[in-house]
Amino acid sequence: MTATATLAPATAELATAEPAPAAKKELTEALLYLDAVTVTFDGFRALNALSFTVDPGEMRAVIGPNGAGKTTMMDVITGKTRPDRGDVFFDGGITDLTKLDETQIATLGIGRKFQKPTVFENHTVLDNLRLALKGQRRALPNIFRRESAAARERIDEIFETIRLTEHRDRLGGALSHGQKQWLEIGMLLAQDPKLLLVDEPVAGMTDAETAQTAELLRAINANGHSVVVVEHDMTFVRDLGVRVMCLHEGSVLAEGTLDQVSANERVIEVYLGR
Amino acid sequence: MSTSPMNMTRQPALLGTSGIIFLAVLVAVSVLVPVLNLAVAPDSAVHVPTYVVSLLGKYLTYALLALSVDLIWGYVGILSLGQGAFFALGGYAMGMYLMRQIGTRGVYGDPVLPDFMVFLNWKELPWFWYGFDMFPFAALMVLLAPGLLALVFGWFAFRSRVTGVYLSIITQAMTFALLLAFFRNDMGFGGNNGLTDFKDILGFNIQADGTRLVLFVLSALALALGYVLCRFLVRSHFGKVLVAIRDAETRVRFTGYRAENYKLVAFVVSAMLAGIAGALYVPQVGIINPSEFSPANSIEIIVWVAVGGRGTLVGAALGAVLVNYAKTYFTSGILAPYWLFMLGGLFVAVTLFLPKGIVGTFYEWREKRRQHDDIPDEPLATPRPAE
Repeated sequence: MTATATLAPATAELATAEPAPAAKKELTEALLYLDAVTVTFDGFRALNALSFTVDPGEMRAVIGPNGAGKTTMMDVITGKTRPDRGDVFFDGGITDLTKLDETQIATLGIGRKFQKPTVFENHTVLDNLRLALKGQRRALPNIFRRESAAARERIDEIFETIRLTEHRDRLGGALSHGQKQWLEIGMLLAQDPKLLLVDEPVAGMTDAETAQTAELLRAINANGHSVVVVEHDMTFVRDLGVRVMCLHEGSVLAEGTLDQVSANERVIEVYLGR
Repeated sequence: MSTSPMNMTRQPALLGTSGIIFLAVLVAVSVLVPVLNLAVAPDSAVHVPTYVVSLLGKYLTYALLALSVDLIWGYVGILSLGQGAFFALGGYAMGMYLMRQIGTRGVYGDPVLPDFMVFLNWKELPWFWYGFDMFPFAALMVLLAPGLLALVFGWFAFRSRVTGVYLSIITQAMTFALLLAFFRNDMGFGGNNGLTDFKDILGFNIQADGTRLVLFVLSALALALGYVLCRFLVRSHFGKVLVAIRDAETRVRFTGYRAENYKLVAFVVSAMLAGIAGALYVPQVGIINPSEFSPANSIEIIVWVAVGGRGTLVGAALGAVLVNYAKTYFTSGILAPYWLFMLGGLFVAVTLFLPKGIVGTFYEWREKRRQHDDIPDEPLATPRPAE
């Protein structure tokens, strides 16, 4: 192992000394705090004592080979999967995410973009954004909901950001793959989350689209949103120019700048190849 | 219209072209049928006999029932194979009122107890029959009985995230359980024979031509209002969430909506619409019995909606009328023994060759024609072949 790589703490040993949840408040100022999170599927350890933190306003890239636990990590944070063990706290240790379901976590301010672009195919692009826009979520009030001028303005802004203004009246399903990815990112923006989890945003994109997506995510981050991006495309990760974390077999293998991580012997061995 | 700010446009009207045509047809039949029944001499070729009025009225209640299925199947993806249960519950609530109206004119002449209770040697009215002598109470029960069942059933099912074919199976089980329960004499709903021999409704003779016409017009009115309600719902933000749930439920949850609550509201509204349909059906056919709960009935409703076009509302109503007209036509001739084969064949044929149903296919054709110059009238839901 090279000296340049910042290695993850030996989390397995730390896991035994579990601090009381109330103490988390003083313990962390991190937006997202994962400590010794373990998830097992039929004996397979998808996450193995995974620990890391994301600071407010930070953008973080996550790389790692298939099966390293990247998507499971997102599932745990967004409440889709409950961890067998470990702590997941949000917003400076205030909220225990393991106690909440997907909807509650989304309402708290964690937005997620799926690996396969998931937009509402039978709704117009505009309606996709309207549905995602932060606001009333309860069923009955939404029967009589009217769109406010502020909402309309906000949607126009998002359209500018994701460059889909001229496609607003097309059906979501009619967009190209890359456009769907952007629409989904736009929908995340409309939710105005504190933290965006973005799973493989440039898969299947052209080089030009990839570069634009990097720009888009940087702009979103510059606006004060924390972002965690899972991606295999190293050019894209380099374009992002942010702190990189490499997962392997469900825990953090290395963390640091892209150069530091890609120089790490173990990372080269399990992921980048020689 | 394009002068408005950029994203104000493109909201489909409360009533699309097809909706206006649909309501116009309903108004037309509500006027024409009574005129042709009352003002035209019975020997005239265009005279509409009273039995046809009731038959048409029955079709209209079926259309409302189909509409209620389309609201949840077409727009939320809930394939309920137990919708007939809500229809039957509404029908029983109305039937109980009609039974209480019989009074001393029954065979046994008991002023309070319906005939079947006297026959069973019951001495007093069961508690759940109280209040049904008052029409407003019965009318309330027409909504509440199906609504509450849907609320309780849906609350458990949707909260446990039962979806797809599993949900269909348990809705089917629900209506089957009710079928068995209502067959029992000691349930107090007339057992096998159900409720029949009605005399009058709100003081009017239920057999009279005038009453029949009023019931027919009320059925048309209920269908029209039901359509406008459904249309209002599916156009609203609420309705857009429903379609989003149908297409990508996980996405909806991660966007912060409680999908189960949206489904529950739609399911309860749908059950109440079915209940109203049942309540209008019973006085026109003159009987309600447990066979209305039979699973086959509920499946038939799905066929109506599939034929007409899932997720189009108008199509559901059209499908109900067309299939039931065919049923009336074919079950009265030499082809009668083969009707069920025809119905089954129809469903297979529609699924294979007309997956969007009649109206859905028409919309698709129309949209292709004007792809470049106009916006689609009904972009709310593109029906899919199967759940």
